[in-house]
Amino acid sequence: MTISEEEIIHIAKLSSLNLSKEEIKKYTVDMQEILEFANMINNVNTEGMDETIATNKKSNVMRKDEVVKFENQELLLQNAPSQDEGMFRIPKVLN
Amino acid sequence: MELYEYTVHELVEKLEKGEITSKEITESYFNRIKQIDPKVKAYVSTLEESALEKAKKVDEDRKSGKAVSKFAGIPIGIKDNMCITGTKTTCSSKMLENFVAPYNATVIEKLNKEDLVYLGKLNMDEFAMGSSTEYSAFFPTHNPWNLDRVPGGSSGGSAAAVSAEIAPWALGSDTGGSIRQPASLCGVIGLKPTYGLVSRYGLVAYASSLDQIGPITKDVTDSAMLLNLIAGHDEKDSTSMDIEKKDYTLSLVNNVKGMKIGLPKEYIGEGINEEVKKSILEVAKKYEELGATVEECSLDTGKYATAAYYIVACAEASSNLGRFDGIRYGYRSEKFENLKDIYRNSRSEGFGQEVKRRIILGTYVLSSGYYDAYYKKAQKVRTVIKKSYDELFKKYDLLLTPTSPTTAFKIGEKSNNPLEMYLADICTVPVNIGGLPGMSIPCSLDSKGLPISFQLIGNAFEEEKIFRAAYTYEQNTNFRQNKPTFKGGNE
Repeated sequence: MTISEEEIIHIAKLSSLNLSKEEIKKYTVDMQEILEFANMINNVNTEGMDETIATNKKSNVMRKDEVVKFENQELLLQNAPSQDEGMFRIPKVLN
Repeated sequence: MELYEYTVHELVEKLEKGEITSKEITESYFNRIKQIDPKVKAYVSTLEESALEKAKKVDEDRKSGKAVSKFAGIPIGIKDNMCITGTKTTCSSKMLENFVAPYNATVIEKLNKEDLVYLGKLNMDEFAMGSSTEYSAFFPTHNPWNLDRVPGGSSGGSAAAVSAEIAPWALGSDTGGSIRQPASLCGVIGLKPTYGLVSRYGLVAYASSLDQIGPITKDVTDSAMLLNLIAGHDEKDSTSMDIEKKDYTLSLVNNVKGMKIGLPKEYIGEGINEEVKKSILEVAKKYEELGATVEECSLDTGKYATAAYYIVACAEASSNLGRFDGIRYGYRSEKFENLKDIYRNSRSEGFGQEVKRRIILGTYVLSSGYYDAYYKKAQKVRTVIKKSYDELFKKYDLLLTPTSPTTAFKIGEKSNNPLEMYLADICTVPVNIGGLPGMSIPCSLDSKGLPISFQLIGNAFEEEKIFRAAYTYEQNTNFRQNKPTFKGGNE
């Protein structure tokens, strides 16, 4: 199994990352090496095994859907790179 | 003896007797930080002003006879991926360099109730991805036992700080060994609790099904005391377990008679440094002398854990880190014309090399055509490994392995070889894969004067057995007579 630079470019696009030419080269080599190593999991017989989603067997924890007011709105918005009147500012999406 | 040299339980005693004040302890630490941290570089930020203010208030309360927690006024260092309201939480990433937490992590809420004093935030590999703290976007942390070597990671700042006595104890987080491996390399005690014992609310997520917060301390008693403070169910973390509150200090019993300890032969074989191996066998012998039964056993599925781990952890990371888009918080690129540019450019400029590598790996194993072969298969392998542990714990109370296959490696030695770096976690990763508790306990120094540590692994929610065995070992040996030398480091 080999990974091509085109595949890395495709995956980077899916990940919303721009990669430089050097990064594409480096990550192609790295992915190749890491996945070759990871392929050893194919030596494990997993017939009839469930997937481990959580180790402590908890699933679908329910609670009432209640609105809780977040008290620190100002501090929350201070972290926004751009904000205006309690809202996040982004560039125009629709033309 | 200087105040920074005491363990927390010793400081608590002195505070209770009125021999010392919190202000004195806190000042002692900040003086020490100013002297030592320029060499070690454990702290990303310090909180001197708020710490001294808090110490002063606690001292006044205590003096006036007000009921205070016995830990009131004890300082602590926090890994920089846990939120403290109004304080920077950077994850050692350019992405969060200016992020000020708008709320407290649940562990911080719990420590606030006890009036602990925060010394500062501790360095880590960016977003907890790494085993050396070299992947911090700011600077690498240095190992107090040899400044030219890594402290391990990702909680390298936390482990180095406790080792260098610039924090009496600290919180770290552990996804594949990030508490235990740096604790091992720095010669301190590191505990990864059972998955679900400590709330993850307010811990910046790396791989949610594996992450767990835990204590890094000078000795086993402090570890039990800190776990007492942070453990417990939290409705804000649906994976935290609603179990009866325990007092782990009750397990600090100097007696291992009748305990059965398994020694998986795969972890004293190939890939483990000879000095480490020899040291682990000496620990096994010591436990036998102390009255435990130690028996060789096999965990042959463990060798698949690292492969399964990097698939599962990176898959979860690629999803968790999708939230960093340059809109609501975090770094925003200055170069953009449209919304998609903001996402892509902010992420590309804000994340470091290792984080991008793991996002790409994670996206790859989750992408159409590879999901079944990698992600689904790895999740099944996890079940297989878990079952192997279940079988072993029918027979044994605890398992004994090294924590790290080697002692501290040189800064720069592995940072350009990701796979080699990933293999630094081979002894610790299987424990996270199984959701089990594990503790690293230092036992000796190698020929270079670097700490070697062993790991005790327990069955889920059986931390008590780990504490009992670790405490017994500690009471009958004397590793803590060794002190870091701060040698090397010619910068």
